[in-house]
Amino acid sequence: MSEFLNQFKQLTATGYLFWVLAILALLSAVWVVTARNPIHSVLALIATFFCLSGHYILLNAQFLAAVNIIVYAGAIMVLFLFTIMFLNLRREDEESKTNLTKMAAVVVGGLLMVMLITIFRAKSAQVPTFNPVSFDSRTGLVENLGSILYSDYILPFELASVLFLVAMVGAVMLGKREAGDRHF
Amino acid sequence: MDLTVLLVKGLIILVIFGITLLIATYSTYAERKVAAFLQDRLGPNRAGPFGLLQPIADAGKMFFKEDFIPAQASKWLFILGPCLAMLTALMSSAVIPFGDSIRLAWDGTNYDIPMQAIEINIGVLYIFGVVSLGVYGIMVGGWASNNKFSLLGAIRAASQNISYEIALGLSLIAILMMTGSLSLRAIVNEQATFFEWNVFTQPLGFIIFLTCAFAECNRTPFDLPECETELVGGYHTEYSSMKLGFYLFAEYINMFVSSAFISSLYFGGYHYPFMNAVHDGLTGSLGEIAGHNIATAIGTVVFFAKIFFFIFFFMWVRWTIPRFRYDQLMNLGWKSLIPLSILNVVVTGAGLLYDIKYTTWLIVVVMVVLALTSNARAPKSQAAPQRA
Amino acid sequence: MNTSYLPSDYLPVLIQLLLALGFIVTTMIVTHSVGPKRKSQKKDDPFECGIPVQGDARTPISIKYFLIAILFVLFDVEVIFLYPWAVNFKGLGLTGFIEMILFMGLLLAGFYYVIRKGVLKWE
Repeated sequence: MSEFLNQFKQLTATGYLFWVLAILALLSAVWVVTARNPIHSVLALIATFFCLSGHYILLNAQFLAAVNIIVYAGAIMVLFLFTIMFLNLRREDEESKTNLTKMAAVVVGGLLMVMLITIFRAKSAQVPTFNPVSFDSRTGLVENLGSILYSDYILPFELASVLFLVAMVGAVMLGKREAGDRHF
Repeated sequence: MDLTVLLVKGLIILVIFGITLLIATYSTYAERKVAAFLQDRLGPNRAGPFGLLQPIADAGKMFFKEDFIPAQASKWLFILGPCLAMLTALMSSAVIPFGDSIRLAWDGTNYDIPMQAIEINIGVLYIFGVVSLGVYGIMVGGWASNNKFSLLGAIRAASQNISYEIALGLSLIAILMMTGSLSLRAIVNEQATFFEWNVFTQPLGFIIFLTCAFAECNRTPFDLPECETELVGGYHTEYSSMKLGFYLFAEYINMFVSSAFISSLYFGGYHYPFMNAVHDGLTGSLGEIAGHNIATAIGTVVFFAKIFFFIFFFMWVRWTIPRFRYDQLMNLGWKSLIPLSILNVVVTGAGLLYDIKYTTWLIVVVMVVLALTSNARAPKSQAAPQRA
Repeated sequence: MNTSYLPSDYLPVLIQLLLALGFIVTTMIVTHSVGPKRKSQKKDDPFECGIPVQGDARTPISIKYFLIAILFVLFDVEVIFLYPWAVNFKGLGLTGFIEMILFMGLLLAGFYYVIRKGVLKWE
């Protein structure tokens, strides 16, 4: 215990921020899963994304932090909120939470956790630690990111547009109502 | 960042925060006075000289109203809605560069502290992020009220905001291509000379951005989320006391902040013609430090003059243009503004490849010609449709 | 101009956040405590222009709004892709321009399909 306290005292300001953000992220993530009201879940998920963006900023990945907020918290969560508003929440929809689905969720989540732990423990995946000599604070900035994305990773980028095309067509196919159909 | 700089930054934030609230408060007064002026009335003139105390009286009234929560509403979400709207509005002012820099002498060295709460590399993305979060306050509040009008208003507001957000983002791209930086201060400094102001190089982008700013603030002619004739009060039908006040207040803060963004993105921010001559003259006659600080102050005053003009413009439009119909609103956003802003990006890019900055005037000229010829060809009877 | 680009640049955001939160919470508490409180059954009902409340407000709504939201997500990601491109535009030159035209062309083809299918048509 005293060893832990000593370690805690040795932390820098960044270290404290990391712990605060990590704890907040975990708490809000737990809230996402446990909240009864799906709107609360969505709001908690937004809070989780904010904590993750804080982590990105601590890692000096500023562009990624902003994109995380704009795309995940600002766009995808709006879509989630729309979907939830479509559902009639008054009807207690317990049928979607059968024991089978709960079991499946636990198994899938557990497998993911095992996979992540093995990845992080693997020798080949060891991430290099902070090195003040080779450290360049501009690495994660938008200028560098852009020049790499649009020269070395141009194929994935162009393929992403094909993905968008497919997603658009898919959304239209699923959601389009012919003239005269009811719209809900 | 050492503690002194952080303290000064904290002070700047506090001042900007106070100014934001003050301007938002007096925007309500200005709105009523401008409306009165445009409609040949007097406007508020009872509370204090020229009715100047009216906003304070209004705020007091708001505080002493009953803080009403409908029985069928989701209580915490109902409270959270206006708080979120206010929070996003208050956070957005952080990256605006209000002036050049304050110069302080300390131990013989000069420290230049920029007149900006946070000077970050991704300023434009910060705005974009805060704008994209603005939907939640309205959506959460409208849904939590459990009222049909509120829900309809909230959904309208959300679809409108997200539709115009795309065109807003796309119209900014052209500026970024010319500047090559996401920092707002860099964008402002790029416009140091008068004819380099982005409104001259990007006329179409400016019009698209202005339209989208109106839509994002839910101002007339885009105020469908709260249109009285169809939806009573829209998303804030069930709200009372300061919770309603927060929604209204957030709208005025957003108006102030978008005016500030329009001025700094397209109208040179704190720059004005012959600025360098004024700066050199002042530092020459008053000394390095005092002269620089006074020059900064003049720049800030100029910046605020630009902001006030745009706030007035928001109000002017409100009493001039009628509200859109919903299909017109969506068609304008998706079928006109998005293709136009993509065209704007492409034409700007093609011009920049040959180092020509003013290519987008081409689109403007073509559009004006098209508009004039199509107007001449339009049959007269369509202008005044007969009633069935 | 700032040239160090460190995470500490973002500390003022925390100050602003705390200030904004403090203002909001104080205002909410004050307005909650000073106003009067009178309850009645009719008053607590949702407002429906004075007639008795019919059914629940939270009914399903038109799928158009949902499609708009999906399209928004797609286009938002596209705009995000444009930001690093625009910042590097002068460095990338003609190659970058052609790359982006290709990307936009595919996306606009999808957009044209969406418009032709009448998804954005409101009646």
